[in-house]
Amino acid sequence: MLEVNGLNARYGRAHILNGVALSVGENEVVALLGRNGAGKSTTMKSVMGLVRQTEGSIRYEGQEIRGKASHTICRAGIGYVPEERRIFGELTVEENLEVGRREARPGAPEWTLDHLFKLFPNLEERRRNLGKQLSGGEQQMLTIARTLMGNPKLVLLDEPSEGIAPVIVEQMAKVIEELKAEGLSVLLSEQNLHFARLVSDRAYIIEKGEMRWNGTFAELDAQPAVSQSYLAV
Amino acid sequence: MGFYLAQLLTGLANASSLFLIASGLSIIFGVTRIVNFAHGSFYMVGAYMSYTLVTLWSGSILGYWGGVILAAAAVGLIGLVIEMTILRRIYRAPELFQLVATFGVVLIFQDLTQAVWGAEDLLGPRAPGLDSAVRIFGEPIPEYDLALIAIGPAVLLAIWLVFHRTRWGVLVRAATQDREMVGALGVNQAWLFSAAFVLGAFLAGLGGALQIPREAVSLQMDLSIIGEAFVVVVIGGMGSVTGAFVAAVLISVLNAFAILIFPQVSIVLPFVVMAVVLIVRPYGLFGKPGSEHGAPVEPEQPLTLMGQKGLMVMIAAVFVLALSPLAVADFTTILLVDVMVATLFAVSLHFMMGVGGMVSFGHAAYFGVGAYAAAMGVKYFGLGMVPSMALAPFCAAAAALFFGWFCVRLSGVYLAMLTLAAAQILWGVTFQWQDFTGGDDGILGVWPAQWASSDRVYFYIAFVLCIGGIWLLRRAAHSPFGYTLRGVRDSRTRAEAIGVDTRFHQWMGFTLAGTLAGLAGVVFAFSKGSVFPDTLGIALSIDGLIMVLLGGIHALAGPIYGAVAFVMIEDWVTRLDYWRFIFGAIILVVVLLAPDGIAGGVHRLVRMIRGGKA
Repeated sequence: MLEVNGLNARYGRAHILNGVALSVGENEVVALLGRNGAGKSTTMKSVMGLVRQTEGSIRYEGQEIRGKASHTICRAGIGYVPEERRIFGELTVEENLEVGRREARPGAPEWTLDHLFKLFPNLEERRRNLGKQLSGGEQQMLTIARTLMGNPKLVLLDEPSEGIAPVIVEQMAKVIEELKAEGLSVLLSEQNLHFARLVSDRAYIIEKGEMRWNGTFAELDAQPAVSQSYLAV
Repeated sequence: MGFYLAQLLTGLANASSLFLIASGLSIIFGVTRIVNFAHGSFYMVGAYMSYTLVTLWSGSILGYWGGVILAAAAVGLIGLVIEMTILRRIYRAPELFQLVATFGVVLIFQDLTQAVWGAEDLLGPRAPGLDSAVRIFGEPIPEYDLALIAIGPAVLLAIWLVFHRTRWGVLVRAATQDREMVGALGVNQAWLFSAAFVLGAFLAGLGGALQIPREAVSLQMDLSIIGEAFVVVVIGGMGSVTGAFVAAVLISVLNAFAILIFPQVSIVLPFVVMAVVLIVRPYGLFGKPGSEHGAPVEPEQPLTLMGQKGLMVMIAAVFVLALSPLAVADFTTILLVDVMVATLFAVSLHFMMGVGGMVSFGHAAYFGVGAYAAAMGVKYFGLGMVPSMALAPFCAAAAALFFGWFCVRLSGVYLAMLTLAAAQILWGVTFQWQDFTGGDDGILGVWPAQWASSDRVYFYIAFVLCIGGIWLLRRAAHSPFGYTLRGVRDSRTRAEAIGVDTRFHQWMGFTLAGTLAGLAGVVFAFSKGSVFPDTLGIALSIDGLIMVLLGGIHALAGPIYGAVAFVMIEDWVTRLDYWRFIFGAIILVVVLLAPDGIAGGVHRLVRMIRGGKA
């Protein structure tokens, strides 16, 4: 579904990613693990066309998408949920969802308002509230729901468990399971190993812009030195 | 009673036309972040087109209003062409660079309009059915004013409905907050930007078209409205249409009554109101702090000390300049003084904008204060040339210290608008205070001392002062103070977190830039022998802005290239017919060829010649 190879990314003279390679298969949930500043978000942004200086190859469903405009990438079927949530604070919950709305896509689950409100009951109660009036957890729900309105096939979830209450983190895990059950593929970036293990099929570990390790969680558990050197704080 | 009501209604009618223009400007800024100087041109062209159409069709009500709408639609179409052919190519350029392109458009439209409609003011017909006055409390009120009072809120309502009831409107509001995110959600920004630009241009054209029965159509319409329109947008909060409406009413009604008490206040009142509003509410009445993600810009490259070769080229250039009076004619020597004055002015503005991260739309204020202080020193206080020259920059410093204290409390375009307000207030005072400043007549006979009166000697005085000033600013940019300023520019929060008093540094940077602009003004005053209020004027501030942006804001050498190119080209083209058109076209060509400014373009050229990758 998604094949990244030899990806380099730069901001000005700062070299952020160096030869990153990863893949996400059909209906697979893949975790991208690493510490703060390791390059997780930049990888996501590069896939989404939000980083200007990139080299290498990013193929989605066999098509090269590197260098394409981010709206084209979204229309191809990739949904992006940014780390900072970036909801539209001056728009109501419904209007936020409207911005994300796109035509149904063959081969991808179609999300309606009703369906989303079932998945995120809090949002229904607050549908007429402004985005900025929501709590952090509600904003996290809204940013995911907004992306799902675009009926993506692959969702890039950037640190969904960051900065929200533990009870919401549990809800988030259920949401990701639901996405998988609906047939979506997910690339998830995480610092929270416990959460990642709960929802993902396998994992990559990135550090200082380079891929250090990949495998299943069982393999990761068998090599405590790996998580010790790349993930422990 | 009736009289005051009439005054109020006149104010409200003015508010409606002002709102139409300002709302379009606000929408364009909100979505595209373009500070559209050409908005006044859209207004003017709308008025001219409408003049032609309604003169043709004024027989019937339908024909008249059809003409008005058609004129506005035509302006919308012009907006579309400009957006698609020019602005779309440069959205990724550094912030505010697009402003240079819109300035080019202003120049082009001034000459185009004159070529099509002539230089004479044109008086259009009155609107059929609305051509008389009704008496309210015994005062005659033009029916057309009443119609305008209704049109303003009606347009506001229409815009509100579009923004809240259509998908397009929701997308526009979302893009106003975070356009990158809107793109990541699958919306083609190019299309959204075009549509916003067309709507903005349409509203400006409509504003112009509706003015026909109220005032003569003239070639000054564009610049006469643009300052006030910006003020309204800023008071309301950039991007807020409701804010623009409230601000338009506020300004127009205040003005309608203020001129009864103190007629001279009219030209500075909007700027005084804006200054007060911005000091109390840094983002205007209805504005919000912009999203961090509003404009995806390249991070600034660190400034590097000039390499050996660059240094040698620079020294050689200065050396050639120093010897040039021996080789060239006197009028060229005078032109070179102009170039040096402009360069020092541009470098000082660049220090503030490029190094300090504070955009100024009113840098001429300090240039003008320097020039006036020098002139007054010689003429009123009987000081010699040298003491006047020595003291005047300190007067500019004092002015910069005073206004800077307020300005550094704001950021971004709001800061820029407060500098404009400061400059306009100074300009207004200078213009009106006949007894002290000579008003419109200026101060004449500001000549250098006897020993310095030859063009050649004065050239060397200017040379020492200007090159010295430029050198000083370069030193400052590379000093720890300059590093700190750049740190504040790149991230105020981080600078604060490591214990930098950010406001104090910006304040001092502002003052240093103002002082050196004042020095440029001093050299200017003695080289021309007279000073006029336009040394503080908005036109000079914009010239400086164009020099800095056109030259390339990311390079210390940028303002030098920009100023030299600007003065040389201007000197050459102003001798030609339709020079504005030619000048505007040249600016557009440079903008499209070098979106990173002349400095960036030269840099790429050098690398290309050396055979490296361009």
